[in-house]
Amino acid sequence: MSEEQDLNVQDGLRESATFDRVTMNEIRRAAETGIYDIRGFGAKRKVPHFDDLLFLGASMSRYPLEGYREACNTQVTLGTRFAKKPVVIDTPVTIAGMSFGALSANAKEALGRGASAAGTSTTTGDGGMTPEERGQSSKLVYQYLPSRYGMNPDDLRKADAIEVVLGQGAKPGGGGMLLGQKITDRVAEMRTLPKGVDQRSACRHPDWTGPDDLAIKIQELREITDWRVPIYIKVGATRTYYDTKLAVKAGADVIVVDGMQGGTAATQEVFIEHVGVPTLAAIPQAVQALQEMGMHREVQLIVSGGIRNGADVAKCMALGADAVAIGTAALVALGCNHPKWDNDFKKIGSAAGFYDDYHEGKDPAGISTQDPELAQRLDPVEGGRRLANYLRVLTLEAQTLARACGKNDLRNLEPEDLVALTVESAAMARVPLAGTNWVPGQSF
Amino acid sequence: MKTIDIAAGSVRELNQALHDQAEHCSEREFVVTNPKGAHNIACGLDASVAVDIHGHAGYFCAGMNKSASVTVHGNAGPGLAENMMSGSVRVKGDASAAAGATAHGGLLVIDGNAGSRCGISLKGADIVVGGNVGHMSCFMAQAGTLVVCGDAGEALGDSLYETRIYVKGSVKSLGADCVEKEMREEHLTELTELLNRAGFDDNPADFKRYGSARELYNFKIDNAY
Ligand SMILES: Cc1cc2nc3c(=O)[nH]c(=O)nc-3n(C[C@H](O)[C@H](O)[C@H](O)COP(=O)(O)O)c2cc1C
Repeated sequence: MSEEQDLNVQDGLRESATFDRVTMNEIRRAAETGIYDIRGFGAKRKVPHFDDLLFLGASMSRYPLEGYREACNTQVTLGTRFAKKPVVIDTPVTIAGMSFGALSANAKEALGRGASAAGTSTTTGDGGMTPEERGQSSKLVYQYLPSRYGMNPDDLRKADAIEVVLGQGAKPGGGGMLLGQKITDRVAEMRTLPKGVDQRSACRHPDWTGPDDLAIKIQELREITDWRVPIYIKVGATRTYYDTKLAVKAGADVIVVDGMQGGTAATQEVFIEHVGVPTLAAIPQAVQALQEMGMHREVQLIVSGGIRNGADVAKCMALGADAVAIGTAALVALGCNHPKWDNDFKKIGSAAGFYDDYHEGKDPAGISTQDPELAQRLDPVEGGRRLANYLRVLTLEAQTLARACGKNDLRNLEPEDLVALTVESAAMARVPLAGTNWVPGQSF
Repeated sequence: MKTIDIAAGSVRELNQALHDQAEHCSEREFVVTNPKGAHNIACGLDASVAVDIHGHAGYFCAGMNKSASVTVHGNAGPGLAENMMSGSVRVKGDASAAAGATAHGGLLVIDGNAGSRCGISLKGADIVVGGNVGHMSCFMAQAGTLVVCGDAGEALGDSLYETRIYVKGSVKSLGADCVEKEMREEHLTELTELLNRAGFDDNPADFKRYGSARELYNFKIDNAY
């Protein structure tokens, strides 16, 4: 409770849980403007998450590995099913697709630098591949989105993997948005649209419908790239069990499942908070689908949406993921929402730690902007260094937990290493409630 | 001239032989026999070669074409010449849905009819259709031109950006933000040139022009529904 709230309580004032101040503020905003709220970031409501899980470290019945010295492999190979050249990453933490347009060229370059230094991959986004990004990314995943902005076969052939985007956790069923303020000449040209237009990217692919068509589309992408690179399919977490099965059937090498907490550059707030399922709930569904098809570890699973630390990484892996992807956390590592810009955040009606109006292009930290003056606040070299450090910490933390569970490879973590703190998280993650052998929904 | 029989080989072998021409062009003319509706024939080409496909092609024929000139002596399935960058693609028969989807450049000519969503999200290519086009053609089309010598189906040019559309016959209905526009001299010139390039002798004066009213370009509450 904030100090102010404390005071109010002391005065006998009581805030409604249903109509709290945020809710009332939104009603007033809607009444004043007549349009829904658009913002960036991910879901801000609390949902069952990785914090609701704990690891059972080794003791009598399990044998731990020494925390610093004994080997614990973090290298993962993605795309082993069909591609001639799978993607080998040194840490299972990848950088998720975020568009140039939503982010500044410097921010994209910093992401590439950080990822490359840590030996992992980064991903383009809705808006195409920039030379800065390709140049600084040793492993670059090229997104194939419904808008097909900037899509061209030359960049496709330059990519180390192709990610067919069907949806995002922040907005499954919705298309991208980039409002006019951010459409500079360069962004407009890359997307073949007039400057200043509010872009609402398509929510469906233009030239195929349904999983049977998708299988042919994937084959086309393989033909164009001579079957060299892996093809990922990215879905927002909703009907994850079925989506995973269909993606495998359509020929995916890798499946990316993005939970509802996943970040976005711009979407309706109602969409961010009310569509999709939590990351925690999606992973066991995807893993079950893969296992039933005999494809777990054959088709790799990348999970994203709200991953912040090495514990989150290790928990994803223990539930059966092969790797994770981070968006918001990577931006925070670069300096997004940094307190040093608090005065500037206040000037635009926000505060450090709360800023989510990425779509307005006024980011004081110079990340989600196309304003050259703001953008130069982020030094791509320094940003890259910070991101690389952060990625190393995530990796070290995940390794520490894996060793404590007696595992010499992050992928040897298993659901058996986990317990849940709440009934909800136990049901979603399909692990027992701590101190019991009760997994809700399963008979014992 | 090199002939590749898909019945005896595979689409993969064909495409690899065609892609090899980008590195080292040893053969300029290819003839493809027995396509039998196979998918992804001649996609991802990146050399000035001529490919003649004798029979029907399946999905995504000549997808992402660059520089090459591809002719289908038959019908083509969905996504014909999708995302073409340059060069030309011609279909002697009909084309299914989403012909020329997202194409950035080059010329696509369909002698017969095109199905729904012809030129969807078009990004700069020119498409000339001898017959009719189906519903939702040029949905969200951004740049380039679509010429229809026959009729257009429902919701033509829905949510259109800057693509120009010329239709000779009837238009069943216009989509959101698509309006009929004045045919000025520059448009007649452009249309004449396109019909010539496509080898059609229709009279440009018989066409009407459609384009974006540009009312949906920015978020306004009146546009929110
Ligand atoms: C600024 C920003 C831009 C994004 N742009 C894209 C995009 O272009 N394509 C896409 O598939 N996902 C996009 N995403 C979603 C991320 O790829 C990823 O799914 C998400 O950020 C993961 O959740 P996290 O932010 O909690 O780590 C974007 C996210 C952010 C924060």
